[in-house]
Amino acid sequence: MAESNLVIVGVNHKTTPVELREKLAFTKGNIEESTEKLCGFPEVDENLIISTCNRVEIYARVNDVDRGIDRLKKFICEFHMIPYNLLDKHFYAFQEEETVQHLFRVSASLDSMVVGESQILGQVKDAYSLAKSLQTTGLILNQLFEKAFNVAKKIREETGINESAVSISSAAVELARKIFEDLESHTVMLVGTGEMAELAAKHLISYGVKTVYVASRTYERATTLAKTLNGSALDFEHFKTELHKADIVISSTASPKFIINKEIVQSAIHQRNNRPMFFIDIAVPRDIEPEVNDLENVYLYDIDDLQSVVNANLQEREKEAEVAMGIIRTEVSKFNNWVESLDAIPTIVELRKRAEAVRMQEIEKTLKKMTHLSDEDKNNLHQMTSSIINKILHKPTVNLKKKTQTTEGRTYLKAIRDLFHLDD
Amino acid sequence: MKIITFNIAMISYLLASLEYFIYLVYRKPGVSTLATATVVVGLLSHTAIIGLRSQETGHGPYTTSFEVAIFLSWLVVVVYCFTHWRYKIKDLGSFVIPVAFLILLYATFLSKEIVNFPESEFRILLTLHRTLSIIGFAAFAIAFGLGVMYLIQEKQVKSKKLGMMYFRMPSLESLDNLTYKAVAVGFPLFTLGFLTGSIWNIKMSQSSLFSWELVKIWPLVIGWILYGLVFFGRYRMGWRGKKVAQGSVIGFVTVIISIILHV
Repeated sequence: MAESNLVIVGVNHKTTPVELREKLAFTKGNIEESTEKLCGFPEVDENLIISTCNRVEIYARVNDVDRGIDRLKKFICEFHMIPYNLLDKHFYAFQEEETVQHLFRVSASLDSMVVGESQILGQVKDAYSLAKSLQTTGLILNQLFEKAFNVAKKIREETGINESAVSISSAAVELARKIFEDLESHTVMLVGTGEMAELAAKHLISYGVKTVYVASRTYERATTLAKTLNGSALDFEHFKTELHKADIVISSTASPKFIINKEIVQSAIHQRNNRPMFFIDIAVPRDIEPEVNDLENVYLYDIDDLQSVVNANLQEREKEAEVAMGIIRTEVSKFNNWVESLDAIPTIVELRKRAEAVRMQEIEKTLKKMTHLSDEDKNNLHQMTSSIINKILHKPTVNLKKKTQTTEGRTYLKAIRDLFHLDD
Repeated sequence: MKIITFNIAMISYLLASLEYFIYLVYRKPGVSTLATATVVVGLLSHTAIIGLRSQETGHGPYTTSFEVAIFLSWLVVVVYCFTHWRYKIKDLGSFVIPVAFLILLYATFLSKEIVNFPESEFRILLTLHRTLSIIGFAAFAIAFGLGVMYLIQEKQVKSKKLGMMYFRMPSLESLDNLTYKAVAVGFPLFTLGFLTGSIWNIKMSQSSLFSWELVKIWPLVIGWILYGLVFFGRYRMGWRGKKVAQGSVIGFVTVIISIILHV
């Protein structure tokens, strides 16, 4: 079993409280300094730092796993000037293929606070391109990270891990996008100026909604909010007569009674020639009569409905995470195979096999033409060709074995494998 | 040779239907591409069958029930491929390709005998009738698939139980618009087909428009009225969404029944 000598040391939102995490964060400014310092340690061959608000991790290839992990832990403490005994219990550390699995989980967002969120992949990519530009990564870490991005992409495509909305406002936007063809040509009306309604409206605007109306009992608040949303304010008394202009209605007033009932919506939908309407009732107590949902082409979701959509989606993500773990396991073992292929012995054996195959092929061709040869002559020919191959391959074999003891070894192996097409 | 080609087409459509279904339920992205490739294989051999048959009979594929069935099913797949390419609705195949498969399967039970095209001074009417009706039918098949998708999606959004297919399927409004477009293409063609057929019928039998038995005509009339309602109702009566989808689904069933009774 070949060893990749990969390790990872880190803290994240599960192991470490934010007060401590923020002290450990590496900023854009000091990452360069830190990775270069790490490179200076004799234990560390390659290294990369990921620092986000939820995690600080150092990935490295070291020449001795245990000493390497120790070195990285101490480095984090020393760099941030925090006593080792204070931090030690918060660290997690993985080695060899566990490192690979951990990185695959992180970049596929299985290790995130909200499973499936897409931000982390971008952060890992940024960390990688920074490390690459500083040349602190080499053959193994490069391959590991490139692979991690592929795996994350594969998981996004083959599972529904990031498909569903996991916040109230994004669930509302998602529903709007499943009701209407494109949000650009649609109009949203806010009734009431609640904070959550504003958030949902901003979300809808970011997805293309252009026309926004705001109605509030206090006209001033309506105008202020309309200004920030680039919309127009409506007189509260008149919003019901204007209701038919809205495709999406977000209601969030403090009214103790329903302010929008079935009759009002019925007349609005009639005026709209039955074009669909989507009502989002964020108010508690509710603003919209639940029977509105019985009307054809009208869809009403209140805060509990949206919350249960979010909960169902979260559960769905957990299930998808299991599927994703299956993919990760396969990919980890593929990565291991690749690491193994970098070991010198199998490469040498394969190289010799390749040479031997060529030799046999050519000698048979020749012997077919030279039927007059005696068996002894044939033997001589075999011996001669074999020794040519042995002599040619002797030096490279010895050198390759030597080189694989050094840090350049894998580069040499890769070159040999590429030049002789050993991976075909 | 003909039988092998026929079987390749039929098996391809069956396989593609299964693949689309797997894609719909288990969302394996590769499967969708595979299904589309399978449809293309089916369509190529299907085209070959029609070519061979027409060469053999010396006229277009609309004389016997068998020919009409394979031509119908072929056009359904062609129109599907166009819709797939133009509108990129991947799930549509799950609902349309099985229709094409079932029509082909039905064709295997029909007589494969070659019949000469009826000699008549009005033969152009008959050709028009059959071609127009069949193209209209293909458009209705697409509207049917889209209508089924609309009904599934609408049920999920309305009942607030958002299942697996909720994420896969397009928005209600776009399904509604596309269903309407398909009906808007199908209805005028089908109406013209209906008219030319009726005129041909009168000319040939010198009898009244409704020389058919009543039993045979009523599903067709119901279907035609339904599609008419969908076609004209959108702007006159605000027929949208569920009504359009239901109209397209029920309309398609009645048209299938009337075709089975008719040809």
